[in-house]
Amino acid sequence: MGILTKIMTTAAVATALIATSASAETKRIAIVAKALGIGFFEAAAKGANEAAAELGDVEIIYTGPTDTTAEGQIEVINSLIAQRVDAIAVSANDTDALVPTLKRAMDRGITVISWDSGVAPEGRQMHLNPSSNPLIGNTIIKLAADHLPEGGDVAVLSATTTSTNQNIWIEEMTKVLPDYPGINVVATVYGDDLADKSYRETQGLLQTYPDLKAIIAPTSVGIVAAAQAVTDAGKVGEVNVTGLGLPSEMAGHVKSGASQSFAIWNPIDLGYAATYIAYELASDKAEAAPGAEISMGRIGTVTLDDNNEGAMSDPFTYDASNIDEFSSIF
Amino acid sequence: MSVTSEEPRGRQIPDRLTSPLRKALSSWELLLFGVAVAIFIANSFASPWFLDPWNLSDASFNFTEKALIAFAMAMLIIAGDIDLSVASIIALTSTMMGLAMMAGAPMPVLVLVGLVTGLVCGAFNGLLVAGFGLPSIVVTIGTMSLFRGISYIVLGDGAFTGYPASFAYFGQGYVWWVITFELFLFALFAVIFGVLLHKTSFGRAVYAIGNNATAARFSGIRVNRIRFILFLQTGLMSGIAAICLTSRLGSTRPSIATGFELEVVTMVVLGGVSILGGSGSIPGVVIAALVMGLVTFGLGLLNVPGIVMSIIIGALLIGVIALPRLWSMWRR
Repeated sequence: MGILTKIMTTAAVATALIATSASAETKRIAIVAKALGIGFFEAAAKGANEAAAELGDVEIIYTGPTDTTAEGQIEVINSLIAQRVDAIAVSANDTDALVPTLKRAMDRGITVISWDSGVAPEGRQMHLNPSSNPLIGNTIIKLAADHLPEGGDVAVLSATTTSTNQNIWIEEMTKVLPDYPGINVVATVYGDDLADKSYRETQGLLQTYPDLKAIIAPTSVGIVAAAQAVTDAGKVGEVNVTGLGLPSEMAGHVKSGASQSFAIWNPIDLGYAATYIAYELASDKAEAAPGAEISMGRIGTVTLDDNNEGAMSDPFTYDASNIDEFSSIF
Repeated sequence: MSVTSEEPRGRQIPDRLTSPLRKALSSWELLLFGVAVAIFIANSFASPWFLDPWNLSDASFNFTEKALIAFAMAMLIIAGDIDLSVASIIALTSTMMGLAMMAGAPMPVLVLVGLVTGLVCGAFNGLLVAGFGLPSIVVTIGTMSLFRGISYIVLGDGAFTGYPASFAYFGQGYVWWVITFELFLFALFAVIFGVLLHKTSFGRAVYAIGNNATAARFSGIRVNRIRFILFLQTGLMSGIAAICLTSRLGSTRPSIATGFELEVVTMVVLGGVSILGGSGSIPGVVIAALVMGLVTFGLGLLNVPGIVMSIIIGALLIGVIALPRLWSMWRR
C-alpha cells in the first residue's frame, strides 16, 4: 500500500508539473456541446476555432456526450477537469444537475462559463445568452419595418397565449413600436405552435386584413406555416413573412420571396463569443462580476447583469444572401 | 471459485468432475482481468493525467451507480430473467425523494423513501413476472415506460432542486482519502453479492433456476419465490443507485439516468454472465465495471468523441464474448 501510494503521489506531482508547464504556453478551452453531431453546435465549434485562431495562444477542445443527457455531460466534464483545462464553456443539458461537478471544476481553478443553455448561477462564473428579450422584440419589428419604407399594417402570429417567451418578446416589441412610425400592428393571433392551426390563423389574417403588408411570427413553427399560407394564397410579394425561424426550414420560403428576411441567433458567433469570454476570464484580463464588461472580439463587449448573465447581440438576420450557407448548418 | 490444488492427473479417473463450463468461466475472468490491466497500462501511457488518484476517483463515478445495479441484474439474468426498467426505477425513486424533500422531509427520511420506492417498484415487477407468470422482458419494457411516465407527470419539464446539504454525502462525499462513498458502496456490495451468489444455497438455487426452472422446481426449490426476491433485490439496488445519483446531481429531472438499463446489461454481459441464464459470476461483473469505467475515462482524457467511444465499447463487448468461442472452435 505504502509503495503504491508513493508511486501514485509521484505520478500525481509529475502530471501536475506537466500540466502547469503546458498551460503556461497555451490556454486550453473546452467547448462542451449538449451532444455531438448537432449542426448548431458544430457551427459553434467553428466559431470557437475562429476565435482561437485570432487569439493565437488558444487550443480548443470541442467535446460533448453522445446523447443530450446531464449524466453524459458530467462524464465529459470530469475528464476535462482531469486534464486540467483552463476553461470550460458549456451549453448545459440540465440547469441544476451540472452544478456540483462544475463547482468542483471551479474549485480546481478552472474558469467555467455557460452559453446558449445556462447553468444555475452557483455552477458558473457567467452565462452568455445569445440575445436578450428587448433585443429580440426590437429585431422582429425592425425586420418588418425595413421592408416597409412607407409603413403599413402588420399582424403578429404567436405561439400560445401562455407562451412566456413569445409574450415577453411581443411586449418588448410593443414598447419600441413608436420608433417605427407608420407601422400599425393590427392583430395578434395564436397558432399554438401547431403547423395546421398556424396555417389557418394566417389564412384568417389574410382575409380579414386585405391591406396586410407583413406577418411577424416569433416562433419557428409559426413562421414556416405563415409563409406556406401566404404562398398558397398567391400573396408572395404582397405580404412579407418574418420573425424568428430556422434557416434549414426557411430556405425555400426565402428563395420564393414569401419571406424577405428573418432572424435567429448565429451559432458561429455564439461559439466565437463564448471562446473569447472564456479566454478573457481564464487569462485574468476580465473578471466575472455584476456590471463587468467583457470583450467578445469582433462582436463587441458583453455587460453582465446582477446574475452574471449577459446578452451577446441582436439576433442575426438571414436573407437570400446568406441562407444557403446557414441552411445546411441548422 | 475455490482454488483447486489437484496435481496433474494424467489418465487417472478424477474422483470429482471439474465441469468444462467452470473452467471456461474462470478463464473468462482471467481474460477480462487481462483486458482491464492492458487498458490501465495503455491509458497511463496515452495520457499524463490518467495516473492521478483524484482523477481516478472522479472517474469512478462513470461506473459505480451502474455497477450497483449490475450486481443485482447479474443474479436476475443468471436466473433467466431480465429487468429493463432499472433506469426508470431510478427516475421514479428520485422523483419520490424530490416530493419528500419538497414536503420538508429530513435526510434520513429521504433515504428511506428512496429505498422503499425502489423496493415497491421491484415488487411490482416481481409480482407480474413471478406471480402472474408474465415474461420478464415484456413486463419490464412496460414498467420502463410506466415508472418514468409517472416522473414526467409529476415533474413535466420542471426539476426538484435544493436537497439538504447532508444528502450530498451519498454522491459527493469521501469515506477516506480518494475513496468516495459510492466506491465504498461498490466494494461493499461486490462482497455481499459475491457471497450471496457463490457461497449460499440461495445462490445455488439461482443457478439451478437459470439452467432449468422445471428441474429446479422438482428439486424442491421455490422458484417463483426466488424470482420475486431477485426482482425485489434489483429494485432495491436501483433505489440505492437513485439515492447516489440524485445526491451527485443535487437535483431531479424526469430524464435522469436515461439509457442506464442498457449500460447495466452491457456491464453484466461483458462480465461473462450468459444472457440466456445459468452461468456467470460476480467477480466477472466487478472487473467488467472497472473495464467500462477505465475505457470511458481513458478515451475521455484523449477527448475521443462519445460516438467513437460507444463503438469501442461495442467492439470490446463483441470481442470479449467472441474470443473464447473462437478459441474453443479453433482448439477443436
